Amino acid sequence: MEEKKTGTPTLKLGLAEMLKGGVIMDVVNAPQALIAEKAGAVSVMALERVPSDIRKLGGVARMADPKKVKEIIKVVSIPVMAKVRIGHIAEAKILESLKVDYIDESEVLTPADDNHIDKKNFKVPFVCGARNLGEALRRIHEGAAMIRTKGEPGTGNVVEASKHLNLINEQILALKKMSRGQVKREAIKMKVPLNLVEKTRDIGRLPVVNFAAGGIATPADAALMMLLGADGIFVGSGIFKSKNPAKMARAIVEATTHFDKPEVLAKLSEGLGEAMPGIEMEKLELRMQDRSK
Amino acid sequence: MKVGILALQGNVREHASIIFKLGAEPIRVTNTKDLDDIDALIIPGGESTAISLLMQKNGFYSEIKKKNKLGMPVYGTCAGAILLAKTILGNSVKSLGLIDISVERNFYGAQIESFETDLEIKELGKFNGIFIRAPRIKKLGKEVEVFASHEKSPVMIRSHNILVTTFHPELTNDSRVHAYFLEMAKEYKEIRDMQRDIEVHN
Repeated sequence: MEEKKTGTPTLKLGLAEMLKGGVIMDVVNAPQALIAEKAGAVSVMALERVPSDIRKLGGVARMADPKKVKEIIKVVSIPVMAKVRIGHIAEAKILESLKVDYIDESEVLTPADDNHIDKKNFKVPFVCGARNLGEALRRIHEGAAMIRTKGEPGTGNVVEASKHLNLINEQILALKKMSRGQVKREAIKMKVPLNLVEKTRDIGRLPVVNFAAGGIATPADAALMMLLGADGIFVGSGIFKSKNPAKMARAIVEATTHFDKPEVLAKLSEGLGEAMPGIEMEKLELRMQDRSK
Repeated sequence: MKVGILALQGNVREHASIIFKLGAEPIRVTNTKDLDDIDALIIPGGESTAISLLMQKNGFYSEIKKKNKLGMPVYGTCAGAILLAKTILGNSVKSLGLIDISVERNFYGAQIESFETDLEIKELGKFNGIFIRAPRIKKLGKEVEVFASHEKSPVMIRSHNILVTTFHPELTNDSRVHAYFLEMAKEYKEIRDMQRDIEVHN
């Protein structure tokens, strides 16, 4: 019989490629997961609380209850992701044994270590957050098969997500104009291997799929992220903290596909009811994005 | 030759770059009007539930069927294979029903069961098969030709102007499956052009 290989980098990157142009939605239980799937989500992210509730509640935020993760896996046919604390190898091993499809090593939860998980040792693929090119490439070097710009989770404010996406794009563009020596120095500064930086420069984008996250609350927000070059969208609190989650979810899915058609976006944005309440950055007590570097 | 890639959700970029590499023109299809301008269509991998919803919302079901009947070849990978099937087992995803097969979604299980394996493809030879949360083709109709199988299940099939793979050739650097589809597209384009000439003469 032919040899069958599992857990290869190609397979890890490949699943992320399939999610492109889609919306991944945070859910805290099976009924929410079903609403997300029905609205056209490409994947759901299982977690104990959505980021805005984590913000309100304070304390240490951890991996979701395995029972809940299992319930969610059981009810949907789309891939299920779940979050672990940064550096928490044990939580990651637990989620892998539950057969989640992707693990998010996330700053939304309280970090468990200064160092990130060595993700190459796992069969399950990982997604990680990044604010700039250095962070993104460090995570990819550790084995992340997908990146999401961090934004500022649970705020309903898209400003940080825009900044991070723009910054990464500008930094990649800047690489193109650098001499060999400058690129080498940049690699040293970012603490990543030179060949990874060169690869990024040559293809003109991150070498893995890059979604936008952190503060996306409306169809127009999703469209903005796609216009800025994101491969797809994560929506956390934006759906189930809105007045009409099913309708909002569907509208964000369609806006992600038709991001470059203003007439369609106008229709989608009509009569959605109230979006989640937002917070200004100056009024934040906790900046989740600064929890990892 | 213009090859449309259904760009509602999924892995559009890699299909487009292979089509471009082969000297044809890839066209992003997000609107049914885009179908008027293409010689063949690819339905890419992605989430079949999401693609199906967006297809329904944008009127793609009847338009793709109509165009296919008029001779437009369609190639579906993974989710695309599911959407082209006559029957989708145990699931509520709506299918186009353009090829006489029944499929089961996510047959092999979760992502950690996704796999790569060497396939032997008829006319093409050895090929790296990349299967990601792949469906399994269960029943085949009479007019379906099998090009490759894995563990006794067909993984690449063709019926007239419909081509299906449950694996992802677009994730490799190997363009032979796409080249085969372009040949198919060329044949059908020639037939269409001939028919048009006859109509003009009459």
